[in-house]
Amino acid sequence: MLNKVDDYIYEVPQDRQKGMRVPGRIFISDTLVDKVEEGTIDQVANVATLPGIVKYSMAMPDAHLGYGFPIGGVAAFREDEGVISPGGVGFDINCGVRLLRTELKASQVTPIISNLLEDLFHDIPSGVGAKSRLRISDHELEQVFTQGAGWAVDAGFGVKEDLEHCEENGCLKGADTKHVSLKARKRGRPQLGTLGSGNHFLEIQRVDEILDQDLAKKFGLFEGQITVMIHCGSRGAGHQICTDHLTVLNKAVQKYKISIPDKQLACAPLGTPEAENYFGAMVSAANYAWANRQVISHWTREVFQRYFGDIEMDLVYDVAHNVAKIEEHEVDGSKERLCVHRKGATRAFGPGRPEIPKAYRDVGQPVLIPGSMGTASYVLCGGERAMELTFGSACHGAGRIMSRTKAKKTYSGLDVKDALSKRGIKVMATNPKMLAEEAPEVYKPSSEVVDVVHNLGIARKVAKLMPLGVSKG
Amino acid sequence: MEPFQYLEHTADVKFRARGHSLEEMFGNSALAMFNAMTDTSKVKNRETWTIELESESLEGLLYEWLSELLYLFDVELALFASFEVELAQVGSKQVRPEQAGKQVGSEQMETEQLGPTQSDSGTGSEGWKLKARVGGERIDPKRHFFETEVKAVTLHQFEVAQEENLWIAQVILDV
Repeated sequence: MLNKVDDYIYEVPQDRQKGMRVPGRIFISDTLVDKVEEGTIDQVANVATLPGIVKYSMAMPDAHLGYGFPIGGVAAFREDEGVISPGGVGFDINCGVRLLRTELKASQVTPIISNLLEDLFHDIPSGVGAKSRLRISDHELEQVFTQGAGWAVDAGFGVKEDLEHCEENGCLKGADTKHVSLKARKRGRPQLGTLGSGNHFLEIQRVDEILDQDLAKKFGLFEGQITVMIHCGSRGAGHQICTDHLTVLNKAVQKYKISIPDKQLACAPLGTPEAENYFGAMVSAANYAWANRQVISHWTREVFQRYFGDIEMDLVYDVAHNVAKIEEHEVDGSKERLCVHRKGATRAFGPGRPEIPKAYRDVGQPVLIPGSMGTASYVLCGGERAMELTFGSACHGAGRIMSRTKAKKTYSGLDVKDALSKRGIKVMATNPKMLAEEAPEVYKPSSEVVDVVHNLGIARKVAKLMPLGVSKG
Repeated sequence: MEPFQYLEHTADVKFRARGHSLEEMFGNSALAMFNAMTDTSKVKNRETWTIELESESLEGLLYEWLSELLYLFDVELALFASFEVELAQVGSKQVRPEQAGKQVGSEQMETEQLGPTQSDSGTGSEGWKLKARVGGERIDPKRHFFETEVKAVTLHQFEVAQEENLWIAQVILDV
């Protein structure tokens, strides 16, 4: 059903499904392509039916079955005739990843890893129903929605330099809190400063291998170094904002007479009130997520400082992997403003883009690819080919290949914990049963996924990070 | 009749819930959702919550119902395992589109914030009302263990259908 058009590029033909306006493109290797489910390809095709879609409905090598867009889906829409859809962002708006680097070597950390991990697990609440240590007012929550990580830094959680090293400086412009319901606020207020559960984690890592010396130096990474990766999003606030607007946008679909193959692809033409309202609320949730990761970073630093004194823990970078943004891209030789949706995909801008922090601008932005508990995470660097091929996007993780039900039948959480422990990886979780669902084997090998984007020149491999201690919800 | 069953889905939770009546199917859908998170047989019936909802369509109502329960779960930090549901159909004139989804006892974004943009989207079809008493208790970490956190109810492949003498709902949850 897929036509190979080039190395690592497969096309979903435009005649696969009625109403497709453009073909689909899946960026994937010959070995991984066999693992892509038909349902995922259907979802790529569904996205191709949306009005104003530019070039292709795309999927990254970690593509797997989602709802609305596939996970790993990327699509850009023309500002004048395109749409915005919560199905292209997801419920966990601005779920993302950030990486902190330390000056510590693994040998300094491994002897006390258990204590360190226990403190992180204790100080950074995770799991279902976890209450944050923060108590913020309604007014502060409003500032979180509009100022993002900037609010957190002003409130004493971190330093100004952190903001320079976040995508969008940790604050996307265009927040409109009039369209954030009271329900979203009620869910969001007590949860700021919590990790959540599922695939979210906080991980102590060791730089296992430097894959590009010059770029690693640029990003401040060296072999044997300790890093901390934080993977979480906008919590209940984001979930509620998406839920609320999905209802509204399903009505908009009727109003604007848009034919959609899946109700989760509910959308509205850009510029209409429904689209603007969703955008303003979605941006508010994205900012909440940046504030959340910023607060968590601050508490992580506090824990490390308890053991290692006044050490530096600089932010390498912070990326969003569930978001829709207006960006300028070259289409057929001319620059156009597009609404780029990334659903389980990371922005991977190449050198020279003004959006990239000054320190990295001449090489490209850091691209952070989290592994699962037992597998490697990668740091890559956005490449020029990403601008030509994928609207400046790369994969976001390994991609699931086994369902949660099957995982629970196949693995026991405690066995997973023991197996990881034997490999020198300590795991703490609120319920060990949850670990079965996230066993390393339920994901595609992250190295294969990363090789695809590297070989395509979308993003170059810089460093491989291995987990030492994982805190999960 | 099996009240609900989970179907294979790579990344999320997909279930099919059944009922001899719509009310029973709504209750079993809710049970399937909470049972995906935790063992609902460990949830005691200690407190009652009341929910009232309206929607233009049956599918819309089921989506609102499950989403409302997730909202309550998140803010009340409570688990629910007993659902007494009453449904009623209302005529097209009685439910104006801008009121669709309005809930008693909770704030609404549609009316206050989206106002006129919604007013002409009515299809003239009939609407539905739901009233429910939901029994459960506050989360006790010593007794309630979570296997999965449900983030939201998706509309992907969302279906409500009648097969022979049973009502069936198919729902995919984002976890």
